[in-house]
Amino acid sequence: MTPQLAIFFVLAALAVLGALNLIIQRHPIHSALSLIVVMIALAGLYLLMGSEFVAAVQIIVYGGAIMVLFVFVIMLLNAGVEERTNVSKLAGVAGIPLAVALLGFLAAAIARSNESAQAGVEAGTLANTKEISTMLFKDFVYPFELTSFLILVAILGAIVLAQREKS
Amino acid sequence: MNSFLAANASLIIAFVKIALLLFIVLTVNAYLTWFERKVVAHMQSRWGPHRVGPHGLLQPLADGAKFLLKEDPTPAGVDKFTYFLAPLMALALALTSIAIIPFGPDPLPWTVWGQKVYLGIADLNIGILALFAITALSVYGVALAGWSSNSKYPLLGGLRSSAQMVSYELALTMSVVGVLLLAGSFNLRDIINAQAHHPERGIFGWNVWPQILGFFCFFVAAVAETNRVPFDLPEAESELVAGFHTEYASFKFAMFFIAEYTSMITVSCLCTIMFFGGWLSPFPASWTFAHYLPSVILIPFGLWVIWDGIRYETIFGRLVLPGIGTVLTVIGIALAIPQLQFVNEFVQGPFWLLGKIFVFLFVYVWMRGTLPRFRYDQLMSFGWKLLLPVSIANVVITAFAILMWGAR
Repeated sequence: MTPQLAIFFVLAALAVLGALNLIIQRHPIHSALSLIVVMIALAGLYLLMGSEFVAAVQIIVYGGAIMVLFVFVIMLLNAGVEERTNVSKLAGVAGIPLAVALLGFLAAAIARSNESAQAGVEAGTLANTKEISTMLFKDFVYPFELTSFLILVAILGAIVLAQREKS
Repeated sequence: MNSFLAANASLIIAFVKIALLLFIVLTVNAYLTWFERKVVAHMQSRWGPHRVGPHGLLQPLADGAKFLLKEDPTPAGVDKFTYFLAPLMALALALTSIAIIPFGPDPLPWTVWGQKVYLGIADLNIGILALFAITALSVYGVALAGWSSNSKYPLLGGLRSSAQMVSYELALTMSVVGVLLLAGSFNLRDIINAQAHHPERGIFGWNVWPQILGFFCFFVAAVAETNRVPFDLPEAESELVAGFHTEYASFKFAMFFIAEYTSMITVSCLCTIMFFGGWLSPFPASWTFAHYLPSVILIPFGLWVIWDGIRYETIFGRLVLPGIGTVLTVIGIALAIPQLQFVNEFVQGPFWLLGKIFVFLFVYVWMRGTLPRFRYDQLMSFGWKLLLPVSIANVVITAFAILMWGAR
């Protein structure tokens, strides 16, 4: 086993365990902390694929900014331990079969994916910061700007909703 | 044995460097507290610590012993896991960020097992981004400490801290984009080297001149990120007892303390590297006599310490201070000897870098002795309505200027 593969398994296990812990934990802060672990493990996986820029941005944006907001809101609302409610009938009956089916589809898709897709990942197509910026600001500039506009609209909508109560 | 050492040389050198840097950073932290107390005291016409050792020089040791020996009670009703995790996170992240800083341009004058040894542990392509990633995570130390203590003042401190971090992180990141555009790289060495394109200009080649707006935004936002005066709302002792670390005692408190001082050092390093030329000398490259400046500073300072030491009140001081003075003088003389020219050349980079870092640390302490704390609403409007627009304007202006006239 190469060191890369060993690190991959450690990070993957960390991500999966973090995600599981996120669901199992009863307290929102503990769940948020588990989510941070998942984010950092994902950043480690990006780093392993040689895309340093994406890894750093993953930690800055998701691990830092967004999760700080999560934690901030949880602390501000002083949310307590979740109460266990009666599990819905549908989830109890169909939950596990559906989960297995989804897992099966994903596994099949990954197993079927051809060599070229894997080679593309291994070559580190997203390695270079320059390439990413060229892609974002040249090749896909219209979709990129459109997405920014969508986010702007969402922010304005949030402000309008928050302001309504005052007036 | 020797072949094992040679085969794993880079790994062993890295570990030795990490241990050495940890030792140096922790010692500097300890004496930074001494320095801060002394400087603030003299600003307020007091003496500061001067009982423990000559000029209070052993005060940090006494403080350290106290931190280790004090009782460490865990308050009732805390969230145990998070309560113990928070100081660990704060300290670990603060110390990790130092690893990315390069401390000198050249490798050591001799090779170790055939390896060139550079000053600095990790030379990353994404240096500055990695540093921001670490800062982005370091807020959790403070926020979680505040939340897990199960007490209202820490909770308020933690809340303030997370709000403050979110508000100032944007300005912090945007303010360095100008520097990155000028350097064309995230790597800290490249950023310094980009400021050396005109060695004849000396101090006027540094980034601080074209990036004066960026520097202003960066420094203010960085001070806010380190929770120092005038942005120390998370621990505002006049309102929140001690803010987020109210419920922490003994060494867990010391961990927050060390984390805070370490991030002060990191920010000073970053200011120096990004805006003040890093290890570049402020004099034009043709002024070779400026290379004797370390000696010119060290010898008189050493002689002064000797002179001050022999008149000191206590016998211990009369022994220790002249000793320190002699060492400093000898180092100063050694650097001026022509036979040790290569040592002098090697020392130039670290000398300027550490000198500039020291200036920034002094500014930190100076601000603490001078400025009152911001009010919470002032803090928010300052961050969002002034710093963020100015830093974005700086990016636009810099990009435009580079497009018109090129980066050099």
